[in-house]
Amino acid sequence: MTAPAGMLTGDRVYRIHWMPGTDTLRGICHCGAESTAEEPVELWDWLLAHPRGHQVPAVVPPAPQPSARSAVPV
Amino acid sequence: MAFARNQWYVAAYSSEVGRDLLARTVLGEPLVLYRTESGAATVLADRCVHRRYPLSESRLDGDTIVCGYHGFTYDQTGTCVFVPGQQRIPRTARVAAYPVVEQDSLVWVWIGDRDRADPTSIPRAPWLDDPRYTVVRGMAPLNARYELLVDNLMDLSHETYLHGGYIGTPEVANTPITTEVDDERGIVYVSRHMDDAECPPFYARSTGIQGRITRWQDIEYHPPCLYLLHSRIAPQGVYPPAEGEDKDAFHAEIVYAITPSTEHTTYDFWAVARDFAVDDESVSEYLHQSNHTVVMQDVTALNILEQVIASEPDKYQELSINIDTGGLAARRLLARLVEAGAVGAAGTVGAPR
Repeated sequence: MTAPAGMLTGDRVYRIHWMPGTDTLRGICHCGAESTAEEPVELWDWLLAHPRGHQVPAVVPPAPQPSARSAVPV
Repeated sequence: MAFARNQWYVAAYSSEVGRDLLARTVLGEPLVLYRTESGAATVLADRCVHRRYPLSESRLDGDTIVCGYHGFTYDQTGTCVFVPGQQRIPRTARVAAYPVVEQDSLVWVWIGDRDRADPTSIPRAPWLDDPRYTVVRGMAPLNARYELLVDNLMDLSHETYLHGGYIGTPEVANTPITTEVDDERGIVYVSRHMDDAECPPFYARSTGIQGRITRWQDIEYHPPCLYLLHSRIAPQGVYPPAEGEDKDAFHAEIVYAITPSTEHTTYDFWAVARDFAVDDESVSEYLHQSNHTVVMQDVTALNILEQVIASEPDKYQELSINIDTGGLAARRLLARLVEAGAVGAAGTVGAPR
């Protein structure tokens, strides 16, 4: 399967990807927070609870520079 | 069950509305549709104010409808312009005239609060009225609530089991989907991209492709009424170019308008627009016949399901799995639209859930 690129481009788009070869769903909030689940009801509940329980993954600096700092999760 | 009232719904195809009176019921409201002599599609309440006789069982006189029972006569604004036997026309002698927009060969009607009827909010299906496409279409009355048709169309894995031999192959049910929801615009998008799939007869016979295919199904649902399935069919391994036209693939734009008639009946408007074999009448006949068969397979199944669900308690037990990710999203957006209409909210709706 070719994973489709995101088709909707708004500022408030929720996405759920069914991971190929698994039963796992990966949800991505418009805020950048991600979570996984094995069924969609739980994952929609988590996504739509935004911002409750949504922690954006720490941004990894593009190159290892001594002065660079990772973003603090909110 | 409640309807999302402050929304546009397809009441008919443009080709159905003419100088004959057409009866339709939308959101429980009986309507009569006709076209004025200048060509304007008109939708009035289908009940004479006098004794409730259906105006659709009456006759046109110019742009007015003359009630077939006692002759009460209404113009295209719903105003009564004649009553029998007396000069005075009662002030309350009028029937509702509903906002109408004809677009993309569809007749859209607004049943809700008319000061909120914004024609620019109607979603588009341009392929239905584009000379580069050939369209086959139909309408099937469904004896089931509209939500069952939404569920059906949002999860195409059922093609494998209900429509085998027409559009279903094993790969449809076996291929993972990606689901997106634009919460502000109220759109659900579900993609199922099959890299290497059996070609079902529906596409083998219409495209002439022999052998396996790369098949993409991209659903774009604009609740409550318009459902688009962008179907891309190509010989296996043929993908769109990075730039330019996707000339090596066949495209079918499959359009459904899902219009609640009553709480337990629905109009299932369906159309297949294609950009291939556009002049081949035999392909049109084949696709019309095949898609009609597929639609009727759904109608039969959903009519059965309606009977089952109608006999069960309101909050009957269900089980949702991964294939239902898009359907669940559609249900949520529909519930939000119903809720927004019920409280008379403005065009925007509140936070989800």
